[in-house]
Amino acid sequence: MDLDERARRWERRRDRLINVASPLGLVLAWEVAAQLGLIDTRFFPAPSSVAVALLASVHSGELANHVLMSLQRLFIGFVLGGVPALALGIVMGISRPVRAFIDPLIAATYPIPKSSIMPLILLVFGLGEGSKIIMVAIGVFYPVAINATAGVLQINCIYLDVGKSFNAGRWDTFRTIALPGALPFIMTGVKLGVGLGLVLIAVAEMVGAKSGIGYMIWSAWETFSVERMYVGLFAIAMIGFALTAALNEIERRIIPWKADS
Amino acid sequence: MSSGGPPVSAARDPAKIRIGHLTKRFGSQIALDDISIDIAEGSFFVIVGPSGCGKTTLLRILGGLDAMTQGTIEIRGAAAGRPQHSIVFQGDSIFPWMTVWDNAAYGLRMRKAPKAETDAIVEHYLDRTGLTRYAHFYPHQLSGGMRQRVSIARAFANDPEILLMDEPFSALDEQNRTILQQELLRIWEDDKKTVVFITHSVDEAVTLGDRIMVMSASPGRAKIVIDVPFERPRNVLELRQDPRYGDIVYRIWGYLKDEVERARS
Repeated sequence: MDLDERARRWERRRDRLINVASPLGLVLAWEVAAQLGLIDTRFFPAPSSVAVALLASVHSGELANHVLMSLQRLFIGFVLGGVPALALGIVMGISRPVRAFIDPLIAATYPIPKSSIMPLILLVFGLGEGSKIIMVAIGVFYPVAINATAGVLQINCIYLDVGKSFNAGRWDTFRTIALPGALPFIMTGVKLGVGLGLVLIAVAEMVGAKSGIGYMIWSAWETFSVERMYVGLFAIAMIGFALTAALNEIERRIIPWKADS
Repeated sequence: MSSGGPPVSAARDPAKIRIGHLTKRFGSQIALDDISIDIAEGSFFVIVGPSGCGKTTLLRILGGLDAMTQGTIEIRGAAAGRPQHSIVFQGDSIFPWMTVWDNAAYGLRMRKAPKAETDAIVEHYLDRTGLTRYAHFYPHQLSGGMRQRVSIARAFANDPEILLMDEPFSALDEQNRTILQQELLRIWEDDKKTVVFITHSVDEAVTLGDRIMVMSASPGRAKIVIDVPFERPRNVLELRQDPRYGDIVYRIWGYLKDEVERARS
């Protein structure tokens, strides 16, 4: 391992440390402010009292139950929306007619705030699991499809010429050029999609659900147990944080050619 | 100077590539006008010309990336299973998502060569290009000169009938260009494949080529073909001290000068 490599590794470790330091700093400042009475603890209870509520809900298994429910919906919705989006996005990138056909549909429906179609989804899919999963799927679909298309389109023509000059067939061109060439964009789409999916699952679970983090937050509001509400918020923040970290790690593994940043 | 008629000059050796009355039009614009050349088997053929003379278009047609409007191209003795040509492109053309090794193996893998054969050939050319140490590096970890070496290794490893090179060193600095020219000659001496090499640099043309075709611009025409008298193997630095070197460079500039002036007016 040369010096450059060592320096880069150190930098990466340092960046990760800083990533952890900023949220911890925020919590610390909050605790101090609450203890000193600088903020109204009816609305902003001290992190320590939230921690007590957190421990209680961990103990009772309530939190794990809600988290697992939300993650399960998120995962199914992600697969249901992400896989077709990936396929469609890449095909749109490769084929001009398909792009010309689908593009206006996406352009017309994309700006609609996904949360605003919630009532329609409830109407069609009912109050059960289906509507929640569909909400996530819709949220994931757009960023993945749009980024996959953009990813294919931005591939430098010279790489396609190289493929052609080495007699790469259709499948080989897809496998060795289109897919890896678009992968950095696709990963960006996946990250955006997961983020949006998390937003939508929380919203969806506030209506007519009996489980999940969204439900937990909503029911805490109804019973005015503010600490529990914060436990829910904390849990959803942690899910977002963990998913982002996991996706970054996946990205690092499957896109090793991306310059270290 | 020459347009139409017989090939600009008859080759001494049997022709590997025979281009007859090749014309390329983009709409109403004539990019290449009635070009006929014979390129001898095992020779290093350089095409030099001002930018916009269509030399890259000619190479792309030879490489099957563009279609010609009229004319014929014959490539003699294409053995079954062996690819007809490999191209070394101008600028960065190696895949950023593949390691040096995978890039060099690309052509062999695309034609489903047996793994043992692929490994042996790739190993050989990585060694010849001085890349063995970097086999598992990704292109972004390499300098521009190293990346162009990968591109050369990729083209050679594919073991084509002819090698097509489109200004492969134009993006490199002077020192790197000189080093890579020498390396290219060294690798080429091993088995003397027929090479068609495009450049806008007269010095590069004289340094590398056995024969040089000077092209004129708009429309692109074959102006003259010049034999380069230097023996092989060549040393690219010592070559420049040879009195004949200056003469031949001066002669080619003479042909190009009219072109450059014409393009300016």
